[in-house]
Amino acid sequence: MSRKLVIDPVTKVEGHGKVTVHLDDNNRVVDAKLHVVEFRGFEKFVQGHPFWEAPMLLQRICGICFVSHHLCGAKALDDMVGVGLGSGIEILPTAEKVRRLGHYAQQLQSHSTAYFYCVVPEMLFGMDAPPEQRNILGLVEADPELVKRVVALRKWGQEVIKTVFGKRMHGINSVPGGVNKNISTTERDRLLNGEDGLLSIDKVIKYAQDGLNIFHEFHEKNRKEVDSFAEVPALNMSLVDDDGNVDYYHGKMRIIDKDKTIVAEMDYHDYLDHFSEATEEWSYMKFPFLKDLGREAGSVRVGPLARVNVTKAYSASTPLAKAALERFHDYTKGKANDMTLHTNWARAIEILHSAELIKELLKDPDLQKDQLVMSPPEGAWTGEGVGVVEAPRGTLLHHYRACEEGNITFANLVVATTQNNTVMNRTVRSVAEDYLGGKAEITEGMMNAIEVGIRAYDPCLSCATHAMGQMPLVVSVFDSEGVLVDERVR
Amino acid sequence: MSVRITIDGKVVEAQEGEALIDVAADNGVYIPSLCYVRGKPCLGTCRVCSVRVNDSVMASCTVPVTDGMEVKVNEPEVTDMRKALVELLFVEGNHNCPSCEKSGRCELQAVGYEVDMMVSRFPYRFPVRKRDHVSKHIFLERDRCIFCQRCVEFIRDKESGQKIFSIDDRGTKASIEIDVELADKMPPEQVREASDLCPVGCIIEKGRGYDEPIGQRKFEIQSVRERALMGDEK
Repeated sequence: MSRKLVIDPVTKVEGHGKVTVHLDDNNRVVDAKLHVVEFRGFEKFVQGHPFWEAPMLLQRICGICFVSHHLCGAKALDDMVGVGLGSGIEILPTAEKVRRLGHYAQQLQSHSTAYFYCVVPEMLFGMDAPPEQRNILGLVEADPELVKRVVALRKWGQEVIKTVFGKRMHGINSVPGGVNKNISTTERDRLLNGEDGLLSIDKVIKYAQDGLNIFHEFHEKNRKEVDSFAEVPALNMSLVDDDGNVDYYHGKMRIIDKDKTIVAEMDYHDYLDHFSEATEEWSYMKFPFLKDLGREAGSVRVGPLARVNVTKAYSASTPLAKAALERFHDYTKGKANDMTLHTNWARAIEILHSAELIKELLKDPDLQKDQLVMSPPEGAWTGEGVGVVEAPRGTLLHHYRACEEGNITFANLVVATTQNNTVMNRTVRSVAEDYLGGKAEITEGMMNAIEVGIRAYDPCLSCATHAMGQMPLVVSVFDSEGVLVDERVR
Repeated sequence: MSVRITIDGKVVEAQEGEALIDVAADNGVYIPSLCYVRGKPCLGTCRVCSVRVNDSVMASCTVPVTDGMEVKVNEPEVTDMRKALVELLFVEGNHNCPSCEKSGRCELQAVGYEVDMMVSRFPYRFPVRKRDHVSKHIFLERDRCIFCQRCVEFIRDKESGQKIFSIDDRGTKASIEIDVELADKMPPEQVREASDLCPVGCIIEKGRGYDEPIGQRKFEIQSVRERALMGDEK
């Protein structure tokens, strides 16, 4: 009797998705899919609004990576008014550095949430541990000191965001051509030195290093399990600078293969010339791919694992992260790393990298200068803008058009989770085959293995399809005639 | 001529004919309002400044004080009435404070906080209103208009004295309109004046948005109550 398993919705991710696994009469996996079953439509309802409202409105697509959306929109507006990098006119150094400060802080707090709250409990307790244990509350009982550090680390990231954007969530800083405030010396010193209830930057870096060591220790003890879990092939994409090193705020899009050979490189304004999107009737999330290579060969991975695969090195000004990256690169002997659970390794490295980048930036006197906005020259209006940043989950693109009078006529968002759609589905299939294939009885731990694979990408399904969701989990087992034969609910 | 009136049981002195809302503010009693601008003629359109005067509910901006007048501002029934009026203004249009560039500078938002509005008791109408972006310098975001008529009465063409803004049609079909020819002649400082005078984010100066950081916006520095009690002319 063939069976269909449904995990609905997937938990501990942003948004609402479900997984279906189809088994044949011998319990072999016939098919496995991640469905994204929600829809919002931000691109539509921003139309008609004044163009300068777009980054404020569209950042509300997400409560986690709102800074990325805000900055991506801001870069698109720079283009639109004629002062963006697309026009060859750079915004002022203070403006760019203030934006970068907020961007790095967003990466630190977002990665900390995904890594410490969702992943670390499963590393410490095991993915087949009881659900009531393998979560942040279980971690509170097992290691309260670690949890206090995690909360303090994330709080510090949020305080940087509040300093830059005025609020911890959905603040405002970027305006077309610049920013509306700089960073005062008082604000800078508070973040560098800390205060009662707020870490110093050196403590932040230490906690980030300790967090990375959790992965190292876990990996040492569980090398085979970690390395063999869903090793799935994909190209890797990231923004890079002229030296081929990751730049989270700006750069050219570089795509590499398993041997780290560059298969494509482009100015992100030309994204649509290189990429196409496929659709499937079973998901609201699209499947982008490189036109030249086709859908299967041309699908890319983005996010922490892709970035650490693509980047050649980190700067000497971030020495701890640089060393951590070298250890990561050495592990696969110069090849790109396709091991899904190593995404968590990459994420922990990027927490450390972000912390060191912030420390370097906070010491830059440009942050205190008061030339904040570059006014566009006469006739510079282009009416169209594209912005791309490396959001915590990967490469994020906003593309807007506006009419002469200034209202938005078109908006398109290509978010990281969408880019990862194909590789996430490959991961689901791989885990299903390894953990469910040939098994007559489906256990909670087996189900969770699929979610562990998805969670490695820290997908934001709300951003990807622009929706909100709830997080109960139902697994239903149907026979080949569609009759429910078993169901688990949590 | 000096007169004596009672506000919430307290006897205060004022000049006969002064607007009740001003007398109250001068004596430390805040009455919220959205159409009234101190120093300018009373409009009496929003009714948010309603108080009980000698047992009748009246808009305090429309009431000249007279000797012996007994005024109740903070009694529960009339306080709730003012709150209901603010709620009605929110449900009548489409107000999205989080992404509105007037947030922090918006009088409707500030007054909403002052009357302790958490949610509206009335259903939202979600009216369909078209934005007008044709003018060179002004973006008319009709979703946010509360028909206070400040712009209609107080913003006029510098040369002819003609009105630049007007209200077209009536009731639920009412719509704020702009004379594009006159609007395009407005000097930048008058565009800024119109934008600042608008108590909501309906009249938007093109290209200005979000230039004040969060925490430094008008009503974040000083509340609408404190401003009114200091005699602010808005």
